Amino acid sequence: MSDRAKTLEGAPAPGAGNAAVPDVPASASDLAFIERLRARDPKAFSDLLDRYHGPLLRLALVFVPSRAVAEEVVQETWFGVLDGLDRFQGRSTLKTWIFRILSNRAKTRGVRENRTIPFSAFADQDGDHDAAVEAARFKPNGMWGVPPRRWEDDAPEKLLMAQQAMQHLEVAIAALPPNQRAVVTLRDIDGLESDEVCNALEISETNQRVLLHRARSKLRAALEEYVERK
Amino acid sequence: MLTCHQLTELVTEYLEGRMSLRRRLQVQMHLGMCRHCRAYLHQMKTTVGALGRPPQEQMPADIKAELLERFGGMAPPEQR
Repeated sequence: MSDRAKTLEGAPAPGAGNAAVPDVPASASDLAFIERLRARDPKAFSDLLDRYHGPLLRLALVFVPSRAVAEEVVQETWFGVLDGLDRFQGRSTLKTWIFRILSNRAKTRGVRENRTIPFSAFADQDGDHDAAVEAARFKPNGMWGVPPRRWEDDAPEKLLMAQQAMQHLEVAIAALPPNQRAVVTLRDIDGLESDEVCNALEISETNQRVLLHRARSKLRAALEEYVERK
Repeated sequence: MLTCHQLTELVTEYLEGRMSLRRRLQVQMHLGMCRHCRAYLHQMKTTVGALGRPPQEQMPADIKAELLERFGGMAPPEQR
């Protein structure tokens, strides 16, 4: 069985280091930043905490049942960062390394809290439930029967400004299966690149894309429902 | 020719730039002819745009202070 097939079939063990995508090595600016950390520049570490606290907390919340536990996991992650800092060799980006520490710790904690997340994109495939758009909206020939309406040209801004819409979206994000939520959180909320997400979560590129597609499709549907109801 | 139904399942691959040139051309040709699928793509892009505005999370001051103190107390690595 190929490595890719293995990754597609089952969830990789935490910390197994079996990401299907090669790590992107740390950039020159990353290495320069790490040097500042090794020189114990407090401003550098403070900036790092400010930059990643929110994204780490959001990802931790996918794996564990409460905010209190998620905050503990984030704190443990920072202890892990401090422990490993002087041994970090830059084989991955600093960001990927930190997210991977979080994801492994959060998965372990999730197991302790009886929450395990199947990371195979195919583990939760249940027919039409995971279709981007429900089949009933298409004619038998596959063309739209109930087409999407074009949101007004200024809809993006209006949507973004409307607190209600954002709340609606947040509820929809919380309702996603955890594996989809983890991927969309890292990609679209916190802006990681595809290979960074694969390496942080130790999943294959295909898996990542399928999970992202399902998540985005559901969130689009949630916003569509909100716009139609308005 | 691609159906609308198929297109809705290809949108992420398309936006990610992860499809063959042939498939990409098929998607573009379909989008050129189908305003409903153009609307669908627009909705998808709007959704992704709306996601990129996360609420700010502030690290609790006591935890930050503890981490900074621990960091400050660490001996610098030995010079090689």
